[in-house]
Amino acid sequence: MRAAVGGHAILVLAVAAAVLTASPPVRLSAQAVDRTKPPVLPPPPALRLPAVQTTTLPNGLTLAVVEMHKVPVVDVQLLVDAGAARDPSTAPGLATFTATMLQQGAGARSALDVADEAAFLGAQLGTGATFDGASASIHVPRRRLEAALDLLADVVLRPSFADSEIARQRELRAAQLVQQRDEPVAVASIAFPAIVYGRGHPYGHPLNGAWLLIVGDVTLAEARRLAAARFGGWERGDVPAFPNPPPPPRAAARTVYLIDKPGAAQSVVRIGHAGPARTTPDWFALEVLNTIVGGAFTSRLNQNLRETHGYTYGAFSQFAPRRLNGAFVALASVVTAKTDSSLVEFLKELRRIRDEAVAPPELAKAKAYLTLGLPGDFETTGGAAARFRELLAFGLPLDYYDHYVDRINAITGADVQRVAREYIDPDHFDIVVVGDKSQIEAGIKALNEGPIVYRDLWGQEIR
Amino acid sequence: MARIASATAVALGLLCARPPVPLSAQALRVPYQTFTLPNGLQVIVHEDHSVPVVAVNMWYHVGSSDEKPGRTGFAHLFEHIMFMGSQHVPTGEFDRLLEAAGADNNGSTSEDRTNYYEDGPANALPLMLYLDADRMGFLLPEMTAEKVDLQRGVVQNERRQSYENRPYGLAEENILERLYPANHPYHWPVIGSMADLQAASLEDVRQFFQKYYTPTNATLAIAGDITARDARQLVERYFGDIPRGPAVTRTPPPPVQVAGVVGAVLEDRVQLPRVYDAWHTVKAFSADDATLDVLANVLAGGRSSRLYRRLVYELQIATDVVAFQDGSRIDGKFEVYATARPGHDLGELQRVIDEELRKLADQAPTPREVERAQNTVEAQFLSRMERVGGFGGKADQLNFYNYFVGTPDYFQRDLERYARVTPAAVQRAVQTYLTGAHRVVLSVVPRGKPELAVSP
Repeated sequence: MRAAVGGHAILVLAVAAAVLTASPPVRLSAQAVDRTKPPVLPPPPALRLPAVQTTTLPNGLTLAVVEMHKVPVVDVQLLVDAGAARDPSTAPGLATFTATMLQQGAGARSALDVADEAAFLGAQLGTGATFDGASASIHVPRRRLEAALDLLADVVLRPSFADSEIARQRELRAAQLVQQRDEPVAVASIAFPAIVYGRGHPYGHPLNGAWLLIVGDVTLAEARRLAAARFGGWERGDVPAFPNPPPPPRAAARTVYLIDKPGAAQSVVRIGHAGPARTTPDWFALEVLNTIVGGAFTSRLNQNLRETHGYTYGAFSQFAPRRLNGAFVALASVVTAKTDSSLVEFLKELRRIRDEAVAPPELAKAKAYLTLGLPGDFETTGGAAARFRELLAFGLPLDYYDHYVDRINAITGADVQRVAREYIDPDHFDIVVVGDKSQIEAGIKALNEGPIVYRDLWGQEIR
Repeated sequence: MARIASATAVALGLLCARPPVPLSAQALRVPYQTFTLPNGLQVIVHEDHSVPVVAVNMWYHVGSSDEKPGRTGFAHLFEHIMFMGSQHVPTGEFDRLLEAAGADNNGSTSEDRTNYYEDGPANALPLMLYLDADRMGFLLPEMTAEKVDLQRGVVQNERRQSYENRPYGLAEENILERLYPANHPYHWPVIGSMADLQAASLEDVRQFFQKYYTPTNATLAIAGDITARDARQLVERYFGDIPRGPAVTRTPPPPVQVAGVVGAVLEDRVQLPRVYDAWHTVKAFSADDATLDVLANVLAGGRSSRLYRRLVYELQIATDVVAFQDGSRIDGKFEVYATARPGHDLGELQRVIDEELRKLADQAPTPREVERAQNTVEAQFLSRMERVGGFGGKADQLNFYNYFVGTPDYFQRDLERYARVTPAAVQRAVQTYLTGAHRVVLSVVPRGKPELAVSP
């Protein structure tokens, strides 16, 4: 496959067009085709997004319902404030482990019964946790929605947490952690936050109550009735508040963290530092900035590292959306022999976006990509659920997308440069490289872009 | 609305204790119009006005199975080259123009076909067709060795990223070369070998393009918030004067016979060993293809499946288990693989897998197990109807069915194949195809630990 984002090269090599066949071309259209320039497009269709409606059950549980009746499927997501940020330092992994345990027996169902019922309903049942929250979700054909909600209610309200199942999952997770060490991308994904946030950063924040988001072939009234019957008796509990944590320590100066993977065919690179919260008013400018830097195929990083140099299958960047400290990260898997050259190009692009104003066509392209592509994100129940879930998870207004296009279109080149200077700080980058040390160390040293610190496969100091 | 009760469900009812449950309350329908230009380009148009987006999906009927010896991976490399600009579209402009219109694009290559899509707001249809037509009609005038070199580098990095630098990533090519004889077009993986990618030349690009990238060898599906009339007019405008290509002829593949148990051991940079069993089965849409899909689900679909229950849940000797039927256009295979937990070797896993296969050969699965698989399949079909674009969206599916069975709107009939599967059929499929006597058994073990492999 071709991957995510691309294009470049300069060449004028005129070769006569090959004659493909003996038969003469047939011109069907009376209108001559002008291929010398791309067609002028009619105006884009008016924005038409599915509406979200809300209603609150007597026990305080809030429902957000998005009616989409094209296909008889429904996507249900229950969001609670039980993210990994609340993990006690003595029990890292507690939030995700708890989320996994929800499925290991609930109500009258055993662990295998839960799995069997989900499969029998043709439902995709999911439970999980991010730093910011935990969730349980089910995606199911409309015809089996009621039974699916019964299952979801069991999983959320009546998990068994049997000792035998806890032991079983603990064993399984231990084996999976062994497996994770083989996967260089997973190693980088674990090491990068460990290095950026430091150990013991109490990443957490209180959120009031829970949300039940229902998207698909169901009406608001039906959704309310179905939810009330299953979640109406859920007693409201107080979510303990967390003290606001200090911001994560910024790396004193740019540092390269090298994680050795002998024999690796590529080096997995992550470059960045802590970033703003998802709720910053600068988020719209950051979206435009990121689209230009590394959020689309024609973004600068991918054009440079992939389409100009061929060092990688794809290079991207992201501002991770988080309730508190997010993160900025630029990333790629690059061929081992070009690890140093790739770092040079990464740093060049990440400095240039601060130092030079963005040309108007590049700015216009990024804004068009974001605004005109918006309707496509709401085409499926799963896609729409992801978009609305983001609003609920971060406490953003539910009419957010009604103003999205205007907000993006208002961003100027000066805005982009300002947020680049504020939120991308090459002097304080943590540069994480997972690769074959014996092949790449000398080249990285010669760049003289900061000290090299060696870390283990979890991003921790090597003792 | 038609219901799937009919003769097939009645037959199912005769075999089961319980009355037949209609698989779907509503038939799946994707109405379409089709027409063929004089140059041979077949066009399929489906209107869906629910969201103001459009999907353009082009299938070229060429894949890695058409590659010549010494050029494995070329069909996929060529797919990358198709994005490098054409006579009227300078390099890089393809992507820039689409993004500026709010559209996304991608391409993919399999053994059997290469597809390209553009998805975006409905008003961008003329641009999508203009760009696709230019690379179909006018790719070679601007083709250079530099473009080939550049995408060669990208593809070699794709191979590194997705295969060489990924644990167990080289298992598949080791299976294929043992399952299929050297002169069979499925003997090598789509990604190809590094050496063959290195050898690909500008001349190869020319020949491949002239032979396969013609309107005669392509099908274009357009789906979304457009009218069939407008779509047709635009297609005629941009593709009408592209000349026909030569007819593509293929020789029938040689017969496949796995001679006994073919064991192999691959030492890899992994912590935990994994065993792969692979059998030669049947091609897509042949009589037992859907039955084998259901069998895969009974074996390893979800945590209540037979192999997951035994290996991961009860015995706790594996971290995961996967099973699938992979029916392609000219042939098919079935695979089961499982990863051992620390302290366990692959022989233990293999014994349990064999035991479970024997049980299914001796006694058919329960009706509930089969129905569970059917319900899972039905839900997947429904979810696929939500999207017009992307890989697996409606436009891509119309092209898929058109190429594989000759009927673009085959959604409902495809689903009915699964409704017809009976427990007895699943049992027969195990007996017929998943025999212990003819299979490839590949052990992937940590470097220096061959003793963890399945012993021959």
